[in-house]
Amino acid sequence: MELLYFAWLREKVGLSSESVPLPDGVENVGGLLTWMADRGPGYAEAMKDLSVVRVAVNQEFAQHSDPVEDGDEVAFFPPVTGG
Amino acid sequence: MAIRVQTEDFDVTSETKSLVAGNTNIGAVVTFTGLVRDMAGGETISAMTLEHYPEMTETMLAKIDIQANERWPLDASLIIHRYGRLEPGEQIVLVITASSHRQAAFEAAEFLMDWLKTKAPFWKQEATTAGEKWVAAKTSDDDATERWSETSPASPAKIAAVKV
Repeated sequence: MELLYFAWLREKVGLSSESVPLPDGVENVGGLLTWMADRGPGYAEAMKDLSVVRVAVNQEFAQHSDPVEDGDEVAFFPPVTGG
Repeated sequence: MAIRVQTEDFDVTSETKSLVAGNTNIGAVVTFTGLVRDMAGGETISAMTLEHYPEMTETMLAKIDIQANERWPLDASLIIHRYGRLEPGEQIVLVITASSHRQAAFEAAEFLMDWLKTKAPFWKQEATTAGEKWVAAKTSDDDATERWSETSPASPAKIAAVKV
């Protein structure tokens, strides 16, 4: 799957994108967030407060219960501030 | 509806003229232009940098286009949103809506701006004397968007309560 990071999440993770295989046991967005927080200090820092982390799966806003599959494009970013 | 996400500036007059050209059914055109301010939360801003997620903007636009056209009889509409580095006074966003009558054009323009503020994947970073910082989302923008939802019909009291 393709993981994308934007704004301060990109800065904390230190990457704008990366390709990873679907982690074992991860079935939904919530599972992916839990797995992410365990990947290292930058990831842990980025995922520290999930109330300010938004997730989009294949370019649509997703809830923690929404499924993820290998091949999905999953983006992590703060609440949007455009306009 | 068209959306353009670009670094370069735009000209409101020429964009408006080209949008309505050839359609004499249009009786009302509303334009909204957002500008970069030099103050936020009591701090002076020297510049603003916008980051965005272009593929998601495109995907979401198709949906908002359907919603806006189901709700209002629009003849034409255009969104331009800039990204990159902008300085105070610069134009940042343009929304144009055109319809036979003014109410549809006014309401649709407000609806599209509320959508841009709360759903479109853009992020602002401000440069201040204290350094660079990412702008936090405002709950007042969420409230403004909520009044358009199907389960929450707009009422004069609710609209009046929205901070503008």
